[in-house]
Amino acid sequence: MSDATYANQTAYLRTTPAPAEPPPALAQGPVAWARQNLFSGPVSALLTLASIAFLVWVIPGLVRFLITDAVWHADSGEVCRANQGGACWPFIWAKASFFWYGPYPESQHWRVDLVEVVGAALIVWLLWQGAPKRNVAALLFFVAFPILSFVLLRGSDWLGLPVVTTDLWGGVLVTLLVSLVGIVFSLPLGVLLALGRRSKLPIVNAICTGFIEIVRGVPFIIVLFMANFMLPLFLPEGWTPDRLLRPLVGTALFAAAYMAEVVRGGMQAMPKGQYEGAASVGLGYWQTMRLIILPQALALVIPGIVSNFISLFKDTTLVAIVGIFDFLRTIETAYNDPNWTSPTTSATGLITAAAFYWVFCFGMSRYSQGVERRLRAGRRH
Amino acid sequence: MSGPGHVPHHARNHRIGEEMKLRSKALAGLLATCALGLMASAAAAGTLDTVKGKGQLTCGANTGLGGFGIPDDKGQWTGLDVDVCRAMAAAVLGDAKKVKFVGLDAKNRFTALQSGEVDVLSRNTTATSSRASTLGIIFGPVTYYDGQGFLVKKKLNVSSAKDLNGASICVQQGTTTELNLADYFRSNNMKYESVAFQSEDETLKAFESGRCDAFTTDASGLYAERLRLANPDENIVLPEIISKEPLAPSVRQGDDQWYDVMTYTVYAMLDAEELGVTSKNVDDMKKSDNPNIRRLLGVEGDQGKGFGLTNDWAYNIIKQVGNYGEVFDRNVGEGSPLKIKRGVNALWNKGGIQYGMPIR
Repeated sequence: MSDATYANQTAYLRTTPAPAEPPPALAQGPVAWARQNLFSGPVSALLTLASIAFLVWVIPGLVRFLITDAVWHADSGEVCRANQGGACWPFIWAKASFFWYGPYPESQHWRVDLVEVVGAALIVWLLWQGAPKRNVAALLFFVAFPILSFVLLRGSDWLGLPVVTTDLWGGVLVTLLVSLVGIVFSLPLGVLLALGRRSKLPIVNAICTGFIEIVRGVPFIIVLFMANFMLPLFLPEGWTPDRLLRPLVGTALFAAAYMAEVVRGGMQAMPKGQYEGAASVGLGYWQTMRLIILPQALALVIPGIVSNFISLFKDTTLVAIVGIFDFLRTIETAYNDPNWTSPTTSATGLITAAAFYWVFCFGMSRYSQGVERRLRAGRRH
Repeated sequence: MSGPGHVPHHARNHRIGEEMKLRSKALAGLLATCALGLMASAAAAGTLDTVKGKGQLTCGANTGLGGFGIPDDKGQWTGLDVDVCRAMAAAVLGDAKKVKFVGLDAKNRFTALQSGEVDVLSRNTTATSSRASTLGIIFGPVTYYDGQGFLVKKKLNVSSAKDLNGASICVQQGTTTELNLADYFRSNNMKYESVAFQSEDETLKAFESGRCDAFTTDASGLYAERLRLANPDENIVLPEIISKEPLAPSVRQGDDQWYDVMTYTVYAMLDAEELGVTSKNVDDMKKSDNPNIRRLLGVEGDQGKGFGLTNDWAYNIIKQVGNYGEVFDRNVGEGSPLKIKRGVNALWNKGGIQYGMPIR
């Protein structure tokens, strides 16, 4: 049969496909999206309506309190006392330097600023995946930065920097310092403890297990309290370590014990074949751990590790009970200042504190999700 | 089911309970022994010499009580209690700035003093017999006579607590405040209705919203709480004080020399006010003919030597910190937002009970 015949016989058939019709209005666009995601069934519709009602109920009040009815300019609490519909923001401006530096002498604030800027730059360099020479950043951050910070913050007479003793450190400075030291020390210590707990050497095993169980069995507040008020009882006079150093060490050790259990969980999830494979290519214990087990185990437990970091960050507020002015304590102290007392001052302060902690914790969480996605790319099912 | 050597459950629990009791007793004993041992050693060292050696006085202060101990916008400690520490530093070291403040809360303040973490505790602490007898501490002169008072709305037209018969009163639950209230009304044969709340904030909110006619707490606190009200000026603090809360600084027992330094630091501030010596006129006052002033300022006599201080110890206190009246006004009195009246804290010759022992 020739083509022409075919064409003749099937003249009523189309040779080209009909142009596509747009999908019906109910299958695309915002209406469809809402139908699919918000009102897909009676339960979903009910939940949506309830959520909208909740937002309508809450948001106008929040906007009024935080923005439209808030006091923005004042020299003292007088204005806030007169205007009680909204937040007392001038209180935050007036106390900002106290929140940030605590009692640190004003003329020396640049030292804190410098340490914070250098620290932030190094952290970005270290954590940003695309950055060049990240091993240099690691070296600077873990070796040079602590020395620089100590010298700058504490000062030293032969450098011409007046000494600022640690009882004058406070505010955001202390919160960041305690959490950074806790985070940096707790992971390696935790890995060592986890290895020790899984070790077959009885003494190492006993020490690590004992340490982990004792630390996890004691409330953090008691550790801090013992470190600050009981330690001087047992040590000869003049031997007591620095007031800020004590909770720093306490925080790091405490976090390490929790970290150890998270890491151990990851190591236990490793199939036996990984150990046997490592042994079969002739790797020793440390090589097996460093090259095979830990990289996989740590990647597995990133959510646990980060959630430990986050709770550590918030636990730093407990150092306040030993008389150290961390960020939250500076806020609490500030709103008790009779110059600023008003019905809304404390709420304003606490909202600010909540926002501060949330930004940091959410940042940590987002970063860890990025790392997780990258490390698990090959494992996704 | 129960094999040989199996101990019945209840017996075992009982034994564990007893063991725990024993253990906690042993632990408490151990801690107490340590504390006492250290107190003895701290006393032996002599706090005055330690402080001079360190070149710094360590002072336990309140971390946030307006007017008594609180850091200001710049992080500088301010308050009546704080200034007592500054005065001691001025007396001992000649420089009121040489103080290291340690913020303490109500729970850890005594431990900090006992363990030697602080040299003096000046943190709105009520001097009571049980504290003096069981905690190994000794209280100095009262720096602020506090006591429970009442806050009422002006429109009630009440001018005395005696007019509160039949009133409803907002009070915080489970406090000595609540007990004092009951005592006061019973001893005055008056009726009242107690409206009790868990927290101070709730209590104040209830008063504000009109749930009760009056609000009661310690008087020094009343002035600060009043500022949190929507309309502070529509409320007044009644003159009656119905309980005794003498706030005093304290030191460890067994170091009499250091105790004297604390005690006479406060007396010197009181005497200075009585003699009209202020931080502004103290240099002119050195030329005064009044023998009391001359002795106080160390122009005559060896008043400081006996304490182990220099003779200008009181001069330094007054010059750098001020007399009691100045310190009171600046922190809690008319010069402060609290605007607390001197009341019972006025000098003995001005209707109050503050009385400085003579320096001679």
